Amino acid sequence: MSIQVSHLTKRYGGFVALNDVSFTVQQGELLALLGPSGSGKTTLLRIIAGLERADAGSVLFDGDDAVRRDPKDRGVGFVFQHYALFRHMTVFENVAFGLRVRPRAQRPAEADIRRRVNDLLALVQLDYLGDRYPSQLSGGQRQRVALARALAVEPKVLLLDEPFGALDAKVRQELRRWLRRLHAEIHLTSVFVTHDQEEALELANRVVVMNEGRIEQDGTPEDVVEHPATPFVVNFLGQVNIFHGRVQDGQALFGPMAVAFPEHPHTEARTAAGYSRPHELAVSRTDEGGGLWAIVTDVRVSGAIVKMEVTDDQRQPMQVELGREQYEQIRAIIGEKVYVKPRKVRVFMEDPSP
Amino acid sequence: MAGYVHSHAAHRSRRGGHLTEPPLVRILLIAVALGFLFLFLVLPLATVFIEAFASGTEAYFAAIREPDAMAALKLTLIAAAIAVPANLLFGLCAGWAIAKFDFRGKQLLTTLIDLPFAVSPVIAGMVFVLLFGRQGMLGPWLSDHDIRIVFAVPGIVLATIFVSFPFIAREIIPVMEAAGSQEEEAARVLGAGGFQTLFRVTLPNIKWGLLYGVILCTARAMGEFGAVSVVSGKIRGVTNTLPLHVEILYNEYAFQAAFAVSSLLAFLAIVTLIVKTLVEGRLGATVDAAPVVPPPS
Repeated sequence: MSIQVSHLTKRYGGFVALNDVSFTVQQGELLALLGPSGSGKTTLLRIIAGLERADAGSVLFDGDDAVRRDPKDRGVGFVFQHYALFRHMTVFENVAFGLRVRPRAQRPAEADIRRRVNDLLALVQLDYLGDRYPSQLSGGQRQRVALARALAVEPKVLLLDEPFGALDAKVRQELRRWLRRLHAEIHLTSVFVTHDQEEALELANRVVVMNEGRIEQDGTPEDVVEHPATPFVVNFLGQVNIFHGRVQDGQALFGPMAVAFPEHPHTEARTAAGYSRPHELAVSRTDEGGGLWAIVTDVRVSGAIVKMEVTDDQRQPMQVELGREQYEQIRAIIGEKVYVKPRKVRVFMEDPSP
Repeated sequence: MAGYVHSHAAHRSRRGGHLTEPPLVRILLIAVALGFLFLFLVLPLATVFIEAFASGTEAYFAAIREPDAMAALKLTLIAAAIAVPANLLFGLCAGWAIAKFDFRGKQLLTTLIDLPFAVSPVIAGMVFVLLFGRQGMLGPWLSDHDIRIVFAVPGIVLATIFVSFPFIAREIIPVMEAAGSQEEEAARVLGAGGFQTLFRVTLPNIKWGLLYGVILCTARAMGEFGAVSVVSGKIRGVTNTLPLHVEILYNEYAFQAAFAVSSLLAFLAIVTLIVKTLVEGRLGATVDAAPVVPPPS
């Protein structure tokens, strides 16, 4: 099923949680809503599920208006951040719940329910835990029970709210891989919310980056990483060095650094900022032009990469990441002068000050 | 490593020894506590039963089987049987409203629920007399329509509801607040309707808290004296509850009968306490078993 969200707006008192949000989820897609806390991503997910009402805008499921439909008739599976398992029911009964509450005419026979639940528990690799209670399970196991419970009603859309937020790093990794395999197997249209850019990029086919109730960018993981649409996206998707300067005559000038910027060929100067990721900075011992001299203030070897902190004459610290081999070629130590040159800079003009 | 753990444990137990008072002090403290309990709780309770049976079992059962006593017992049970379900319903509504919604005046409602705890029961009784009595605000209208509330069974039921209504609401509000509304939301998304959610998710989650509240409410409803005494009029065999009947017997110097009827009340109280202890155990167990923050796997 496809989901079409258009012009959604939601306010809580004076706080605007969603501000005219529109996007489409294609059938079979695994889409990530990525953003910091308070960016409106969970609110958006809850509106799609029907747990929250939008002030304006519409949600269409396969072209049908879903807003008027009660959550119980929307055919969505929802996995809550803290799982929300029924604590007085066994794992088996948790998964069976969605089938047992159906109107009598649509309710499967007891034997069918048993078979379906056992199949689902096998799918999430928990078939041996059917008679346990949620409090007797680990976080990762609870998460998978929550998923099995959501899948039991054969939803047409699966919505996951920070699905791995409360788990430790190793379990999170495992569950991520597992969820990707599961999605490849059943091809269920899925939307998950996360504040972890790594999770979004690794798992999703498409990423919608949100900030302050608005969509900053909607694209493939590669798009978002390689062609960030706004400074916010650059900032949010990982560590970045920021250079402040101006653009003029088709060039961006950041102190001694200059890069081509054909988007602004005018003679009138505008303030702008340049963004380079730590691995996009090259370090050498000679002045190669287009960069600046800086002093090494810290060197840390972490596995195959070397992390360096350098400071230019403005006392502006910059983070640099080099491959082990590249580092071996220059072997700069703390206190030495190196020439730093960005291999890639993304330039964003700042809004003219009013 | 093993050596370290060993010395650590040894250190702990040594410190434990330091912190414990000398045996004499311990014995003294325990003796004082037990002696106090015996003097003020066990002895009076035992006296009730001893005095009740002082003239033999025959006299005991005669005092209880006496029509006025039976009528008082019946009225007490009727009042409790109406007050407890009424407060159960109110408690559930109030608990639900306070725990799951945000609305204006929520704080006020929470405070108002405690009002019967703060107000003397006698005043509660007076309020009903002033409202529904012959000289009361609604008195003329009620007597025109031939409805009797004060000095009749409805008044007793009303007074009982008033004094016992905080118990259930106060027990389930914290339980419901701790449970949050996520499980209800999960039930809704899974296709459950309102009643299915209530009976399959909400009530099972709060059942022990609810039962505990019901027990406390029942105990209070059966034992209430002050408020009921004001609205009852103490018409023997008609508007007398057990506590009032005990007082009447006592004032008439029918000590043995007074104690016999008291023993009934004491017996009801003891049963309630036993059930309460059992339920408390379960309440603690379910709270332990369901941590609000899931532990890391």
